[in-house]
Amino acid sequence: MSKQKYPLLTISSEIEQPYNYSLGRYGGRLLKELKHNKKIVGIKCPKCGHVYVPPRQVCGKCFVKMDEFAEISNKGNLESFTVVYFSFLDPETGQKRPVPYGYGRIKLDGADSGFLHFLEESDLKKLKIGMRVEAVFDENRTGNFKDIKYFKITKERNPS
Amino acid sequence: MGQRVAIVGTGQTDHKSSRKDVNGVELIQEATARALEDAGLRRQDIDAVVIGNMDHFEGINYVDMWSIDGNGGLHKPVMKVTTGGTTGTTVAIAGYYHVASGLFDTVLAIGWEKNSESDTTAAIITCADPFWERPTFGGAVAGLAGAACEYMHRYGITERDAALIAVRDRKNALKNPYAHLRKEITVEDVLNSPMLAYPIKLLDMCPRSDGACAIVFASEDKTKCITDKPAWVHQVSSRHNFTFFTDVERAGRMPTLYEACMDIYKNEGIKNPLHELDVVEMYVPSSFAGLVWIDALGVCDEGGAARLVSDGVTEMDGELPINPSGGVISTNCIGATGLIRVAEAAMQISGKAGEHQIDGAELALATGFGGCQWSDVLLIGSSKPN
Repeated sequence: MSKQKYPLLTISSEIEQPYNYSLGRYGGRLLKELKHNKKIVGIKCPKCGHVYVPPRQVCGKCFVKMDEFAEISNKGNLESFTVVYFSFLDPETGQKRPVPYGYGRIKLDGADSGFLHFLEESDLKKLKIGMRVEAVFDENRTGNFKDIKYFKITKERNPS
Repeated sequence: MGQRVAIVGTGQTDHKSSRKDVNGVELIQEATARALEDAGLRRQDIDAVVIGNMDHFEGINYVDMWSIDGNGGLHKPVMKVTTGGTTGTTVAIAGYYHVASGLFDTVLAIGWEKNSESDTTAAIITCADPFWERPTFGGAVAGLAGAACEYMHRYGITERDAALIAVRDRKNALKNPYAHLRKEITVEDVLNSPMLAYPIKLLDMCPRSDGACAIVFASEDKTKCITDKPAWVHQVSSRHNFTFFTDVERAGRMPTLYEACMDIYKNEGIKNPLHELDVVEMYVPSSFAGLVWIDALGVCDEGGAARLVSDGVTEMDGELPINPSGGVISTNCIGATGLIRVAEAAMQISGKAGEHQIDGAELALATGFGGCQWSDVLLIGSSKPN
């Protein structure tokens, strides 16, 4: 055997593969309401009464089917947030996701579960847990997650 | 309960940020061979193999198939298990189940990852709901950052309080020859490191590592022939949470970890875990989680973790040392990470932990974290379980 040192190499490849994802009947209803009426729809468990956003067919706790829709407010409380500064590859676009961006977990009035969405504000000094926030809808809605552009801080006081 | 099961051998690779000297098969073989050597067994002595990782970190599917030359499973039953961050602990639990069932006597459990081979955050984002959660989700860092923000608000803890966890684990790693990051850091280093996603900074967060770990589980009869210092599996418990991140109730102690720990304490008859446990290998993905989740171990009142840590209770010489190995903040080859917690707990019980040995450790807890805030917990002990 020769004592020559060989380089440690890697090869690179990319996998680009299209996928479809079924949103089901409830997803279709929610998107239609978002697009046409600027309304967020939730669903209520007939057994425990928990109101979920987004609507889904089964309550995981009670394991029963849910079919009672509930209209959810476009306003809510900011329960947690972060501002993301590090750059990473977004698997949805194949590009680096633009940073910094703020997003938060919002408890919309009328819902018991949280709702994740972008925040208009990405200045840490202006964000605080418990703030009131409100959905800002896109003028050109296509029936998509981004029909809500982001949530903006409102001057309302947190009722709780 | 099934039949008694012991851990009779463990093996870890040399963990680094990038192991370009080996491919996946060779990396897996390195850990497997070391575990067999530690147990004094040959490949022929193994009845079955359980292996796990997350395919999308390497972009190669079916590790159970393509790693066969390295995983020791040629012409044997091989099963793959994947549960996200908990993969390693779930692999251990599945290995335990195999032997406890009475159907297998000697089982290899293997966890591995080559995180250097892809963009870890991009891969993690694919675990989230494609419509509702992927657009905002920034992977483990951002998910844990949102939780950390809530912890600071609820418990009044500071970035400085959390930094103590990273400082502790990185200090312990100096004594572990297998740890990936072996450089001492200070609280100021943590606070001054680049902000990744508020409030998590670079040094609050676990690294990405290449590495593998393997454990040999054996039945009581086999154990007698293999070692006089087995690490017996006393209890295992898993708790899974909801589908959507936003369904997880964050009020109170980290729910899945708390429930799994309470299940284990009840079944084992543990009344005072702070006193009765000798060491914990805790899956700590970020310093904030590593601080607040101590509550969920049931060793302090809710919100009492910061005090426990600042009082030194969780240091190597404290009443309940946490992460003598240096933990996840020092080494994080994701599919192996949970299994390393179990291996390290077993090494403590068998007296094989070398410089980071806790003298006289008789009862060790190992935890795993992953998915939608879910938990695996294992209790390992020196005495034969009832």
